[in-house]
Amino acid sequence: MPLETLSDKLQMSLRRLTGRGKLNEKDIDDAMREIRVALLEADVNYRIVKKFIAEIKEEALGERVMKSLTPGDQVVKIVYEHLVALMGEEAVPINLKPSGLSVVLMCGLQGSGKTTHTAKIANYLRKNNNLRPLLIAADVYRPAAINQLVQLGKQLDIEVFELGTIVKPQEIVRKGIAYAKDTSKNLVIIDTAGRLQIDEVLMQELVDIKDIAKPDEILLTIDAMTGQDAVNVASSFHEKLGVTGCLLTKLDSDTRGGAALSIRYMTQIPIKFIGVGEKLDQLEVFHPDRMAKRILGMGDVIGLIEKATANIDEDDAMKMAERLQKGIFTYNDFLDQIKMIKKMGSLKGILGMIPGLGSKLKGIDIDDKQFMYIEVAIGSMTKEERKNPDLIATSYSRKMRIAKGSGRPYQEINNLTKRFAEMKKQMLAFAGMSEEDMERAARRGGVPMKAPKAKKGKGKNKGGFRF
Amino acid sequence: MAFGWLFGRNKKKDEKAKKYQLGMKKTRTGFLGKLKAVLSGYSQITEDLFDDLTDVFIMADIGVETTLNFIDALREDERVEECESAEELQPIIVDKMFDLYLKGEIVNNNLNVQKDGLSVFLFVGVNGVGKTTTIAKIAYRLKNEGKKVLLAAGDTFRAGAVDQLEEWAKRVNVDIVIKKGATDPSSVIFDAVKRAKEGNYDVLLCDTAGRLQNKAGLMAELAKMNKVIEREIPGAPHETLLVIDATTGQNGLSQAEAFNEVTNVTGVILTKLDGTSKGGIVLAIRDKYNLPIKMVGLGEKLDDLEYFDLEDYIMGLFDEEEDE
Repeated sequence: MPLETLSDKLQMSLRRLTGRGKLNEKDIDDAMREIRVALLEADVNYRIVKKFIAEIKEEALGERVMKSLTPGDQVVKIVYEHLVALMGEEAVPINLKPSGLSVVLMCGLQGSGKTTHTAKIANYLRKNNNLRPLLIAADVYRPAAINQLVQLGKQLDIEVFELGTIVKPQEIVRKGIAYAKDTSKNLVIIDTAGRLQIDEVLMQELVDIKDIAKPDEILLTIDAMTGQDAVNVASSFHEKLGVTGCLLTKLDSDTRGGAALSIRYMTQIPIKFIGVGEKLDQLEVFHPDRMAKRILGMGDVIGLIEKATANIDEDDAMKMAERLQKGIFTYNDFLDQIKMIKKMGSLKGILGMIPGLGSKLKGIDIDDKQFMYIEVAIGSMTKEERKNPDLIATSYSRKMRIAKGSGRPYQEINNLTKRFAEMKKQMLAFAGMSEEDMERAARRGGVPMKAPKAKKGKGKNKGGFRF
Repeated sequence: MAFGWLFGRNKKKDEKAKKYQLGMKKTRTGFLGKLKAVLSGYSQITEDLFDDLTDVFIMADIGVETTLNFIDALREDERVEECESAEELQPIIVDKMFDLYLKGEIVNNNLNVQKDGLSVFLFVGVNGVGKTTTIAKIAYRLKNEGKKVLLAAGDTFRAGAVDQLEEWAKRVNVDIVIKKGATDPSSVIFDAVKRAKEGNYDVLLCDTAGRLQNKAGLMAELAKMNKVIEREIPGAPHETLLVIDATTGQNGLSQAEAFNEVTNVTGVILTKLDGTSKGGIVLAIRDKYNLPIKMVGLGEKLDDLEYFDLEDYIMGLFDEEEDE
């Protein structure tokens, strides 16, 4: 089975760290290699990747990872935090004048989505900032570009200023702005032709337009699927125009969108908006944290880690991991685990928590109430039974007594013991024990430990740990 | 190196190469600058050198997996063991890049125009790659070759797309089938095929709306267009050309895979190669999905489209000229 996410890959390469409490250089190098490939596959600029890896490596060698029972996730977390930091922690808003006419100038390469986004931005600002927009059609080169903008304007009921393709763009902009003032608009968005950043004539045209329009915001539209060259494109436009914001388009594709990071990191231009569809309301404010997750290809894994670290006492979790390592898993541990899971609020939470459990639990049928019944059943066990599950497994009378005590059918208790045995086997396997270790551990039975107070599970059960 | 024969087109070769080089100039200098700098920075062949070479490939968007495999193969190449200096690696790298693309085959990148009867070409790709412009350029080329060309305005979605193709049709002076107000592109294609058959056209070029490959609904729509063509003309479409923007990064692979799944992609057209981007992902696309690059777009003018020439492309990337 291919390893889907970076988290999985890192989990794999760092697995042997678990419980050993000692990192060696090679483990970290393996992990860094995975991160490097993941970032490169996301189209993050190779120079940034290099720098980035050097920075993270240092931190990954630190205690936080070493002490963690999920070093893979911890490393991912470090990567994630760095990514967010690099992209600028918070969303940067678009520059607009507090009053009077605000001007937004759109620019970018051919096919990056300027015309569509000229309309989207106008629509967005009309709705959210209550502005009266005018669109200026200054792309006189691409056949039917003006027509396209006119049609979009019609769809949105937003006025479009155009003078055909014979008048120079500079002139169109000059007249368009005057027209906006005359018609008491307070927002102008200028659509320009796509151009290569190395096309000096057309770049000069943009500089002219900038001088005429004095835009509050110069938005560079960049295709999110752009590769390594994104940095060159952005920095050239920036150099000539002083770009104030970036609009990343086509993010509804399956691209990881590493270009976002490259641009922000190398040019400091903040990414302000993202285009997420062909419909005219599919425009969103850019959130660095979401982008970081996307670049890592990790969906909500990070969210789980955050949740987990927020709700779970690392020491408790560590203790449990250590016990697993020793081949110990009793009903008391089970109960502790259930409590941990309940703290996190959902089954998903546990996936990232238990070393290596991750994908292996996916698809196993799970029923909410089972959870409560398990707690009740364990509550009806004696201290001795909880520590030594084998006592119950082999005894009909004990199971019967527990069934009566908990008010659950015998069959269910019987199932619980069977499942518990299976689960124990799995947990120990996941915890990285060899078969031999496990057998030895099984023979030895559980080691006595301080029994936590078993709570009768009558409370609200929002948890979803099901077997 | 004379690889030109592999492509069976020597006519006007020099002229073409020149233009190609002009278009590739920025591309070439960037790539070469790095490669040369890397090789000359080492006296011996070391692991660090391979790492730096990897970066050069990555920088050209050649695809992470393809690059890593390439560098691994290079490391283990017998010839490399015999090299005494890092600079001796250069011809080996070039040679291996030819192998990477050719894979010991003779790659035919001519457009599959039938000798008799109608040829149908379908153009597919994500948004903004230059499908419509490319169709205009191909129409222009085929018309100049004496073919009777018909265009089908199959992008019924994007505002202005039909007008754009119509404007091109006027400029190139070829016929076009437009269905005003149509929302189902398949019906436009159906009409166009019918008209092409009845009007004894040689080539029908079908434009389609740009679509992201992860949109199942849009991909199904494309599959339907493809089916209509297949049903109406046995053996058609004769070419299904995936248009890829040279600035595209790793996502190019996903595009190739997905479009190839719903249509039978026969080749790639790499557009916007006159920019600074290397378009190296097409090498990975060839490597992974075995799709040849048929043509490259080198500018906005009608004649800024050339057949892909591997020699020009690779030698261009490694050209000695320095003018940064």
